[in-house]
Amino acid sequence: MTTAEKRVGAIANFVDERTGAAGWVKKSLNKVFPDHWSFMLGEVCMYSFIILLLSGTFLTLWFDPSQREVIYDGVYEPLQGLKMSAAYASTLDISFEIRGGLLMRQIHHWSANIFMAAIVAHLLRVFFTGAFRKPREFNWILGIILVTLGLVEGLFGYSLPDDLLSGTGLRITSAIIQAIPLVGTYITFFLFGGAFPGVGFIPRIFTLHVLLIPGIFLAVITIHVMLVWYQKHTQFAGPGKTEKNVVGHPILPVYMAKAGGFFFIVFGVTAFLSAVASINPIWLYGPYTPGQISAGSQPDWYMGWLDGLVRMAPPWETHAFGHTVSWNILIPALIVPGILFTGMALYPFIESWITGDKREHHLLDRPRNVPNRTALGVMSITFVMISLINGGNDILATAFDLSINQIMWFSRISIFVLPPLAFVITKRLCLSLQRADRELVLHGKETGRLVRMPSGEFVEVHEPISEQKRFILTSHEQPTPLVLEDIDSRGVRRAGTLKNKLRVRLSKAHAVAIPKVTAQELKEIEHH
Amino acid sequence: MKRLSRYRRHKGAAPLLLIIALLGIGTTFNIASATIKLAPNTFARSAAIEEGKQIFLKGCSSCHGLNAEGSAIAPSLIGVGAASVDFQVGTGRMPMADMSTQAVRKAPVYTPEQTAALAAYVESLAPGPMIPTEGQLNYERDGSTAEGGELFRNNCAMCHNFAGQGGALTQGKYAPTLMGVEPKYIYEALITGPQAMPVFSDKTITPAEKLSLIKWIKAAEAEPNLGGATMGRIGPVTEGLLAWILGMGLLIAVAVWLTTKAR
Repeated sequence: MTTAEKRVGAIANFVDERTGAAGWVKKSLNKVFPDHWSFMLGEVCMYSFIILLLSGTFLTLWFDPSQREVIYDGVYEPLQGLKMSAAYASTLDISFEIRGGLLMRQIHHWSANIFMAAIVAHLLRVFFTGAFRKPREFNWILGIILVTLGLVEGLFGYSLPDDLLSGTGLRITSAIIQAIPLVGTYITFFLFGGAFPGVGFIPRIFTLHVLLIPGIFLAVITIHVMLVWYQKHTQFAGPGKTEKNVVGHPILPVYMAKAGGFFFIVFGVTAFLSAVASINPIWLYGPYTPGQISAGSQPDWYMGWLDGLVRMAPPWETHAFGHTVSWNILIPALIVPGILFTGMALYPFIESWITGDKREHHLLDRPRNVPNRTALGVMSITFVMISLINGGNDILATAFDLSINQIMWFSRISIFVLPPLAFVITKRLCLSLQRADRELVLHGKETGRLVRMPSGEFVEVHEPISEQKRFILTSHEQPTPLVLEDIDSRGVRRAGTLKNKLRVRLSKAHAVAIPKVTAQELKEIEHH
Repeated sequence: MKRLSRYRRHKGAAPLLLIIALLGIGTTFNIASATIKLAPNTFARSAAIEEGKQIFLKGCSSCHGLNAEGSAIAPSLIGVGAASVDFQVGTGRMPMADMSTQAVRKAPVYTPEQTAALAAYVESLAPGPMIPTEGQLNYERDGSTAEGGELFRNNCAMCHNFAGQGGALTQGKYAPTLMGVEPKYIYEALITGPQAMPVFSDKTITPAEKLSLIKWIKAAEAEPNLGGATMGRIGPVTEGLLAWILGMGLLIAVAVWLTTKAR
């Protein structure tokens, strides 16, 4: 041993004797992570969160979260002499007078957009591959909590600078809170410290934005990642990859190098975007006053679908017992997202109820092999995409010479028509892909080589696929529909027949599949 | 006289005399150099009106009527004023290319002289808003950018967007972009209210305030892109698009690269 090795060994021994960490460290360093690009989406989220913490801390050093009125006398000439809030004035100062301030603001904002995009991409990956199944249901719910927190945190961040756009967002926020029946008005007055806009809201959401929500974020992310660590990462099926092992790189050195490098790449991409592309140019928007609004006022993309739902809602209101119930806001802004997010959080339990599958799963599904789930996912994406498109209806109208009314009517109708259509089409596509897989296993790859037989018949030569590929295409388990007898084994009539009937029907729909190639069939082929 | 001469050595006498002398010279110069405003040559004016009428009969009367009285498909032009004609014809909006939603800005069909003749003809039907003169449009001197910005956000941004990029109105109509629009046309649009735009009379927005508005619009036009590429200055829609396409695109490309098996 060299002296350096001896010295390191001595230090390690010192720590181990006092903490007993050696066992844990040894176990952890041998932890294996499977390789697939989609497994890195969660890392993008985590790294973006770190970037947000760092850039956000920089911004708090100069940001003044106050609605106190000041007269601007900074360097940006078109706003000089105007009355504005200290929050807006200090954001202008960060943009123009603090060294690197504008870059930091842009890093913070681009990073927030990427953070939310990566969360959504990660969520979709987990959903479509069935990674949420037992034992990972809790981690799925933690993920839903994180995406919800992200929406709120993003909205608050967007609202803090008190420019014309963020004030418009706050106006809508206050309207949505007011739409809660009976208590809405009281809650708004409580939150805003009086009538809109008041002077209390920005300092309050500042505290939430920089202290409470990031704190919860940090805690939930920690548990989220620790659960992945503890439950081990899922993997795609392949030769040697089973429900009982994890195949991949150990954490040291390969995985650590890749993951560590990836952090800097995420930071680099964010910084690159921030250096070349402007985001939220608040100096152009001007200070917020409730009397002003700009054409094409939009929220950031992750809130855009909610805005789109509100934009397409017909003007329905009910007046009863001296109260107004604004269905036009209540339904699109609170009830529909409430149903969506609750449904999303409960989905693992709903699916296992339908399939009756209570086993642990560590191998991922290929989306085509679970057509019902995949179709449901595409249906939800379609719903959100139509809403998102309607959220940008004014921009689309000017960019493509369309009528805003036509876009709205298109959205109103297609929000009901297209998602079910997307479900049916996706399910058919999945089944077709299963059929293609079956063909591939049975007859091999088409080579494009045509051979003329002595009889004059033309045939295309097929090349058999590799053993590995054949394994991947046939190793999955195909669902079987649930059978629930009305009379159980002891001759007692089951309770809740109607519920059971529904369950059986759903389970049957879930189990629709093209029979995969069996070992028997393969053997027969080989005999030919 | 004797009383006055007593003050001839007073220390205030010299400055006072200087002021009187300067005032005298200034007044004399002003009166002497002032160009005498002649009434427009009646003959030239009626010739222009006649020429305008001929152009009108050929190019405009099929919709606006033989006497500019309007029809089912086009408004009456009696009393719309020269400013309205100058704006609509000078920016190429009239004659209209098609009747679908609203007149679009295009290369003008008539020359400036023909446009002036048309304006003179319409002006002769009944008085209306006048074309602003060069002197009325000195926004660089008479306008204030900050005031213009406030006025813009109060009166214009809800249709023309916070940076004057334009925006959507109902049924396919739209507020056009204000970038690259000549000050004269902005002024004329304000006083005549073309298409879906309301009229901003001199009582609503004073002539001085109109110049401030123009000054702010011109400043917005000339403003460098301080934070990098703006993607149209139309807010978060394009920002979200870029975050997904470029941001997520690059990151996913890197993720694919990082997890590719070494060959």
